[in-house]
Amino acid sequence: MWKWLHPYANPEVSYHFTGKLIPWLSALTVLFLSIGIIWALAFAPADYQQGDSFRIFYIHVPAASLSMGIYFGMAIAAFTSLVWQFKLADASAAAMAPVGAVFTAIALITGAAWGKPMWGTWWIWDARLTSELILLFLYLGVIALHSAFEDKTLAGKAAGILTLVGVINLPIIKYSVEWWNTLHQGSTVSKLGKPSMSVDMLWPFVFCFLGFALLVGVIVCIRFRSEILTRNSIRPWVKAIALEHTSSSKVAENK
Amino acid sequence: MSIDNLSYRAVFSLVLKRDLTIAMRHKDDIINPLLFFVIVITLFPLGIGPEAQTLSRIAPGIIWVAALLSTLLSLDRLFKSDHNDGSLEQMLLSPQPVFILVLAKIFAHWLITGLPLILMAPLLAVLLHFNEQSYGALMLTLLLGTPVLSLLGAIGVALTVGIKKGGVLLSLLVLPLYIPVLIFATSAIDTAALGLPYSGQLAIIAALFFGALTLAPFAVGAALKVSTN
Repeated sequence: MWKWLHPYANPEVSYHFTGKLIPWLSALTVLFLSIGIIWALAFAPADYQQGDSFRIFYIHVPAASLSMGIYFGMAIAAFTSLVWQFKLADASAAAMAPVGAVFTAIALITGAAWGKPMWGTWWIWDARLTSELILLFLYLGVIALHSAFEDKTLAGKAAGILTLVGVINLPIIKYSVEWWNTLHQGSTVSKLGKPSMSVDMLWPFVFCFLGFALLVGVIVCIRFRSEILTRNSIRPWVKAIALEHTSSSKVAENK
Repeated sequence: MSIDNLSYRAVFSLVLKRDLTIAMRHKDDIINPLLFFVIVITLFPLGIGPEAQTLSRIAPGIIWVAALLSTLLSLDRLFKSDHNDGSLEQMLLSPQPVFILVLAKIFAHWLITGLPLILMAPLLAVLLHFNEQSYGALMLTLLLGTPVLSLLGAIGVALTVGIKKGGVLLSLLVLPLYIPVLIFATSAIDTAALGLPYSGQLAIIAALFFGALTLAPFAVGAALKVSTN
């Protein structure tokens, strides 16, 4: 059943496969993001209470949910790598960590920018803000641990253990912080139940969300490819790629 | 008695005894984190001002944050010297389960650093004009909470023991994981100050303790195997 998956355990195959994937993903990203952002910023109706400033929602919410989604993706990759000794999973986890950290930072910054007109303050010690901030710390810890080891394999294993510890702790932290203080507005896009948002506001959100998710896919693919190259730099096929690259750039210089 | 057929209890007490003996011969390792705890707590009234009301309001937070920091400071000695002289590798190579070895080491660490801290806490609470109703809550939360700090901290130390400058990294890894303990402990103490029941918070800290007790040694073992490679 899983036979079709086997070839991708080979770094070379994965490298070329993601190379083919990137143009398609990038095209879809541009499509979805441009539709979503233009629709959201120009055509979606303004909120009856918050006016136009609610439009930051279309960036804030995708960034916030993706920041958590990427962490879970990282945890799954770490688990796969620790249990089945699947080395490429380490590379993908390493590729995801900084992207997740940046999306967490985007969620925090847009949240602050949204909070200033709505709540009258840049920052409050509210449950969701605080747990997002702690998520950022967890990401930074994983990244720091990655860069502390010189050996990439060891770094991947150590960061994987930390990611898994973090993923067990995330719900605990989230609920403890929620219990501690709550001011943030409730979730407006419940996935299964009836969304408490009007439909003409929801559709641009769907496009924005998919667009940002695809953007994450593109960036992670690019980073994943460079992780593969650095981890396999002594392999002949990587040398062949490097040689090809330098000779083609030399030809370009000579022209 | 051959080393192969030691019972788990014998292994546990052997490692515990060894670690306690080593600690007794390096007394400054025990005393320095405690001194740090006392000094940090002394700094707060100097920085904030000596008003009794303000101090008693923020005392639970101060004591707990100081406890987190001093635990963090003492964590380094949990595996460092054993890693440096190679005995850690021998322990991992021994036929005994890593779980038991790690648990014994963490328990020794708690006895050396957590317990003195708990004994010191009421004295420092007096300095901070602690609310009289909440001494019990302070002691109970420290009793349940400091083992969690040792257990979670051990994961961080195990991950960073092979790295030369692991100290700062350790705080970055471990402090976010300490947040739930801090939240529930201080909230229990605050609730007790109002004269309300705080058994709910205690139950959650106890749950954190048992969760950490069962899961953390596995993570520590895996991390030590990575670090010693």
